[in-house]
Amino acid sequence: MSEPAFRVLPTTDEPSAFFWTSGADGTLRFLRCSSCAYLIHPPAPYCPRCQAREAAPGEVSGRATVHSFTVNHQPWDGSTDPYVIALVSIDEQPDVRLTTNLVDVEPDDVRIGMPVEVVFEDHDPVFIPVFRPVAP
Amino acid sequence: MTAVEQRAVVSGVGQSEVGRRLGRDELDLTIEAALAAISDAGLTVADIDGLATYPGGGGAAPGGFAGPGTPVVQDALRLSLNWHRGGMEGPAQLQAVIDAVLAVASGLARHVLVYRTVTESTAQGSGRRQGIGVGAKGIGGAQQWTIPFRAYSAANWLALNVQRHFHEFGTTREQMAQIALNARRNAALNSKAIFREPMSMDDYLSARMITTPLCLFDCDVPCDGSTAVVVSAVEHASAVDHPVARVEAVGTALRGRPSWDQWADTTTMAAVDAAASMWARTDLRPADVDVAELYDGFSWLAMAWLEALGFCGHGESGAFIEGGQRIALDGELPLNTNGGQLSGGRLHGFGFLHEAVLQLRGEAGDRQVAGGPEVAVVANGGGPLAGSMLLTRLG
Repeated sequence: MSEPAFRVLPTTDEPSAFFWTSGADGTLRFLRCSSCAYLIHPPAPYCPRCQAREAAPGEVSGRATVHSFTVNHQPWDGSTDPYVIALVSIDEQPDVRLTTNLVDVEPDDVRIGMPVEVVFEDHDPVFIPVFRPVAP
Repeated sequence: MTAVEQRAVVSGVGQSEVGRRLGRDELDLTIEAALAAISDAGLTVADIDGLATYPGGGGAAPGGFAGPGTPVVQDALRLSLNWHRGGMEGPAQLQAVIDAVLAVASGLARHVLVYRTVTESTAQGSGRRQGIGVGAKGIGGAQQWTIPFRAYSAANWLALNVQRHFHEFGTTREQMAQIALNARRNAALNSKAIFREPMSMDDYLSARMITTPLCLFDCDVPCDGSTAVVVSAVEHASAVDHPVARVEAVGTALRGRPSWDQWADTTTMAAVDAAASMWARTDLRPADVDVAELYDGFSWLAMAWLEALGFCGHGESGAFIEGGQRIALDGELPLNTNGGQLSGGRLHGFGFLHEAVLQLRGEAGDRQVAGGPEVAVVANGGGPLAGSMLLTRLG
């Protein structure tokens, strides 16, 4: 687990609650179509690929690729330390992206295309999925 | 091709005092702009039978963003309305104008007052610009996918597009700087602009970073001000003592996913859909455009619009604006001739429409584009928000 940063936490009162609590067992999950296995993100009660109405949270590996990133310097929340906001593509289905943070990496070392893996920040009952570089 | 929107014209424009920390009430600014626009259209308050704004609702959005709602303005002016609307789900800020155009074209109203009022500078006071959602608890809806990752601002969300554009096409900060430098040059010729002192490339490159690769001068400046236009039936044009801006075509499409981060091609935005739908409604082509007023809430947005509208190819906006000559007042495509929002002030979309109409009428003063521009394009929005209008001079 990484050092918890200051965070505005998400609600657990919406159909996305499974996503935010999923990391309790260290596993990232997306809503997966029960018919064609398409990952529906953000969650919606309809599969845009096969039109099925049945879906349930399904595990993914937690591996992803940095699609883009930015190093934030503006102290929006009072913190003056630069931090990395990234857009990552989920390996199982690259058209699913997460806006997230990169941890355990210096901002200057971040590259588009870098392989990363999920690590959860514990705000029990919410577990925030952030990503770190995959060890070479 | 004759699109229905050609039944409508922008018959009048008006703008209040514009500045930083004016300390004036939002309704006071709105009435100032509205009366100016109504008078400019050759009308009286009693002639107005339609009212529209973006987004409206006053206190519904904090920070001086929304401006007064239509009921407040209607009541203050004691308007008798055949049609009215406010709201923020649609083709960016221009949705209010486009709706007014459609109301006029369909005969629901004859003269629609449309306004956009901001008091963001006064609301911000002397403090720092606030992020969205800071201090919130249990954030839901679309913002749950960004705010918990400390991506508090459209600056953060958009920076991801910009970085990807830089990565795929080799776009540089020196190229992107031309949007900001061009805006500053034009602002020097606009007495209402917020920032008018000269800015050099060195000034730009040494500015503090907000969120890489966007620096302070890539972000527009909050201001106070109200902009109003009157949209009238085209038959009214002959009753006005100046040329008017005819609505040639509007761009309203949204075909990709309405999302900052799930949009398929991170190097483009919803602008590509709006632009495509606009060009499908007219025989005019990008080469016919004499002046471009393209949203620059962040500098790169104007580059994305240049590409989306077909002034250059996908990924070519960096080279297109290199050196700045092409987009200068005396260039082949004068851009953001009033200083845009980067230097003119964040009038939030409507400033571009106001400026386009002035340019077509030949009333832009020191910053007037030479040669009598006949076609102008206005674009609003970034990320999943996009709307555009093509205007031609009539009369």
